[in-house]
Amino acid sequence: MDFLSKFRERSQTPMVRLLSLIARVLFAVAIPAIAFYVLYLGFLFLRDSEASRGTIALVAIVWGVGGVAILFWIFNSFVERMPAAWTARLQPFVFVGPAIAILTWYLTLPALRTFWISCFDRNGPPAGLSFVEQISSNSFVGLDNYVAVFTERLMLEAFRNNIMWVVFGSTLSVAFGLVFAVLADRSSYEKIAKSLIFLPMAISFVGASIIWNFIYEYRPAGQPQVGLLNSIVASFGGVPRAWPQWVEIIPWNNLFLIVIVIWLQAGFAMVLFSAALKGIPEELIEAGRIDGANEIQIFFNIMIPYIQGTIITVWTTIIIFTLKIFDVVWVMTGGQFGTHVIATQFYRQSFTAGNKGFGSAIAIVLLITVIPVMIYNLRQFGKQEAF
Amino acid sequence: MSGTTRKRFGKFVVNFSLFLLILIWTVPTLGILVSSFRHRDAIATSGWWNVLPHREWQPVREIDPKAEGFDPDSVMEIEGATGTFEEFREGIESPDGKHRITWIGNKRIGRVEVQEQVWTVDWNFSLDNYKQVWGGQDFEFTKADGTVEIVPGDDMSRAFLNSLAVAIPSTVIPILIAAFAAYGFAWMRFPGRRGMFTMIVALLAIPLQIALVPILRDYKTLELNGTFLAIWLAHTGFGLSLATYLLYNFISGLPREMLESAFIDGASHFTVFTWLILPLSVPALASFAIFQFLWVWNDYLVALVFLGGNPEFELVTQRMAAIVGARGQDWHLLTAGAFISMALPLLVFFLLQRFFVRGLLAGSIKG
Repeated sequence: MDFLSKFRERSQTPMVRLLSLIARVLFAVAIPAIAFYVLYLGFLFLRDSEASRGTIALVAIVWGVGGVAILFWIFNSFVERMPAAWTARLQPFVFVGPAIAILTWYLTLPALRTFWISCFDRNGPPAGLSFVEQISSNSFVGLDNYVAVFTERLMLEAFRNNIMWVVFGSTLSVAFGLVFAVLADRSSYEKIAKSLIFLPMAISFVGASIIWNFIYEYRPAGQPQVGLLNSIVASFGGVPRAWPQWVEIIPWNNLFLIVIVIWLQAGFAMVLFSAALKGIPEELIEAGRIDGANEIQIFFNIMIPYIQGTIITVWTTIIIFTLKIFDVVWVMTGGQFGTHVIATQFYRQSFTAGNKGFGSAIAIVLLITVIPVMIYNLRQFGKQEAF
Repeated sequence: MSGTTRKRFGKFVVNFSLFLLILIWTVPTLGILVSSFRHRDAIATSGWWNVLPHREWQPVREIDPKAEGFDPDSVMEIEGATGTFEEFREGIESPDGKHRITWIGNKRIGRVEVQEQVWTVDWNFSLDNYKQVWGGQDFEFTKADGTVEIVPGDDMSRAFLNSLAVAIPSTVIPILIAAFAAYGFAWMRFPGRRGMFTMIVALLAIPLQIALVPILRDYKTLELNGTFLAIWLAHTGFGLSLATYLLYNFISGLPREMLESAFIDGASHFTVFTWLILPLSVPALASFAIFQFLWVWNDYLVALVFLGGNPEFELVTQRMAAIVGARGQDWHLLTAGAFISMALPLLVFFLLQRFFVRGLLAGSIKG
């Protein structure tokens, strides 16, 4: 660690401290700001040009990527030309500053701003007023939006559906992932099997929605069914139905949408489980066999406990994922037929119905649901020695 | 059962049940792929599984009902089958089950077909659907009866280029910024280091919905809505915490001695970063790049919020969702379009699967 210590603070006069603080913030903000400005100018130029779409796309790519790289280089050479003490003080901020500044603008501050907006009515806080004036204005509604979030009929429906998503979606993805991992590990064609199961991971939700819409496709009875599910139903003498639209079985029609996410996520679970299973010492399983355990006992009493940690990680990841589920529902049903979830309600309130305050309250509720995971991540991080 | 037979039997059970599961997992994609090459009328009137060998009624002989003197207004007996005109219109199977008699056309000038079941495959494949969805020009389409209909193309090519122009910078810019930051956190000591990294870890699981409304407001002030720049920056902001975290884990694990010797030789941080760390980090950079590329390419929500409303800049996901909304029954467009939108991610996925899996294993909790 010797070479690092030379970068530690040495001169500590208040003046130097103040100057370095200003310079550090300046560097952190300057790179993204200048990058933004230069990119913006380039954009105006591109937008007004007559070039073909392909050329514009190519120039945009080179412009965007090259611009940022060059900016880092310029700022760094500037800092390196300073006296050594100042280089040591400022250089870290040339490196980490832009990332921190962007994250602050895009995630940290918005979390606070969204909470602020959620305390106002449909148009959000009135512009051009001071903090106190905003609070005392008529649009300030306090926590009324939160009361609405937990009482409105469609919101309650969304919560119910999201619970179904979390319970069925995550559990079945994990279960299928485990089965796939165990089977693939013992099969004679492990590699190709894993590739095929994993393949849906590369497909967008919109693409997956089209794929499954095609399976659920419905033609009136008597006509040949082109959708696989209705064709199977018809061949067994059943009545073809438009499946996710089946309103008599609300909320169970959500399962027709949840299946899509299981289809997408099981591959993800499988890959992580498969890696974890390969970490189980062969002797452990052999010992179980010698003691007379059958394959199923080995699975439940040796494998599952051994990869417990991975199971929890995967499960949590998929839970977060299903909490935020949006695209599938939005493309498949648009939230009709009793299929709204929290994220579709958020989108509908914020952007379709133009109710910013209510939409923001929903976003905050979504944030609160993932806070346990956030705390867990921070705890894990706190255990690391490097910091 | 002896030990070996039991083992063989177990292996068979494993292979077979895995095969069945894979079949279930693959059939949905297969259905779309096969359908996208079928004729638009064929998609609309028969299941895609008709490309597999199946038995179908096909005419072997025709009878002129007038010449035979059948009376369509009463119960008729044709070739051993008995029924009314309406029943014959549906088709009646002869008692021995070998033939089906079907009345084609109306009562006055119809004809009667004697059909037999034959094994057949429906292999009339073409690229027409792709041509129509891909191009922006009008597309001439010949109907089954020979008439020509002109339909407008769906211009997926434009959406495809837009998606490329969004996805590539949205992948490279965050990686670049994150690599610098990861190096800074791993190899430099400075005040606020721990606090800043804590923020990055805390932001790993944050739902991006939280940011959409305020950022949209900022973009409105900056007149940035509906531009590529807006969406590049948004994806950069949303992907940066995971990128920094993953790259930090990798870069901080690189051997210390190597870097120390470089510093002793008088190299600056910037030199070490560009000439030593970046080349060594290629595997980690690649895994995150694939991750982010797939994520951006497949994203719908961010594009909808920041690019929405401007058809000029529509991405493939938006284009597809628009076709689903407006013409959800046009399966010839949807199937071909879906495959165009999936082609690049699937290619990336198959070529670089190794890196992708490594990225997943390194920890993946994205907001």
